[in-house]
Amino acid sequence: MSFINYSSREINCKIVYYGPGLCGKTTNLQYIYNKTNPEAKGKMISLATETERTLFFDFLPLSLGEIRGFKTRFHLYTVPGQVFYDASRKLILKGVDGVVYVGDSQMERMEANIESLENLSSNLQEQGYDLNKLPYVVQYNKRDLPNAISMAELEEALNPTKVPSFEAVAPKGIGVFDTLKAVAKLVLTELRKGG
Amino acid sequence: MIQQLVMYEEELTQINSICEILHRDSNARAVLVIDKNGQAIAQAGDVQELDVTSLSSLTAGNVAATGGIAQLLAEKEFAGQFHEGEKTNVHISIVAARVILVVLFDERSSLGLVRLRVRKAANELANVLDVMVKKSASGSGQPSVFSEITDDDIDNLFND
Repeated sequence: MSFINYSSREINCKIVYYGPGLCGKTTNLQYIYNKTNPEAKGKMISLATETERTLFFDFLPLSLGEIRGFKTRFHLYTVPGQVFYDASRKLILKGVDGVVYVGDSQMERMEANIESLENLSSNLQEQGYDLNKLPYVVQYNKRDLPNAISMAELEEALNPTKVPSFEAVAPKGIGVFDTLKAVAKLVLTELRKGG
Repeated sequence: MIQQLVMYEEELTQINSICEILHRDSNARAVLVIDKNGQAIAQAGDVQELDVTSLSSLTAGNVAATGGIAQLLAEKEFAGQFHEGEKTNVHISIVAARVILVVLFDERSSLGLVRLRVRKAANELANVLDVMVKKSASGSGQPSVFSEITDDDIDNLFND
């Protein structure tokens, strides 16, 4: 749920990075955090276990600049990818304005990819959202690994509705900002429709 | 499907005033009003040294998790939480199922006083929120500037 503050002239939107465990959601946020000017970002918070697995969420507030005199602020969240954290994932989807689904390109993670995508769809439905109507983009991460499967296969399995999709190597930043920009644009476009 | 919460000058002035009074009457260090999705709405008191954005997000996460526990226990919600620190204590309450009222206080105040003052402030806040939600839903108040946003405006954000 976007929050528009006419008094302080700010638009606040929430974007959630979703995907199976170890697909690189946190790495996306870490790269964005490291490459963003200090004045445009807040502190990145990671609620993680001792082994750096996301326990509840990562949070990164970003300012993208002004649009018609309104400051645009995006709050980026990741969900914990591991299957048994489903209750936490549902909570984080509350009030979401845009979703990035991060898929893992490795052949052996395809089952986990599909399970996570189905989980995203059903968790959104539970909150009254429809993935087909929400600002939504797909990122295929780990494109540099030797066991990565072809884009055509990934698209067929994970992007049946042909939303914008991006190839990525998150630790090197490849595709990270393209993905963020695409979802941010869709969110703002949706805001215009609602406005 | 984006439901927007819209804050106008009039309601923000009222919410700020409720925060100021609560801050003063409860001898608190700071008072924050946060929406349930983690966006900071208003604050009063000694907030310069606080990371309000992070506090807002984590508090909302905390309230959401506690709400999840409530559901599992067939409770509607836990309306309040209290965290006791060595120096700073945190009183968290949910107002009108919509926003979170946070009071940070130290030894200059007490839990009893904070609870008492929060009760009054929460009632007043609920009334303002009612008006705000009705305005957001009807789109009245001010004409939306967003219907005039062009593709160029959106593209310009990313030309860096």
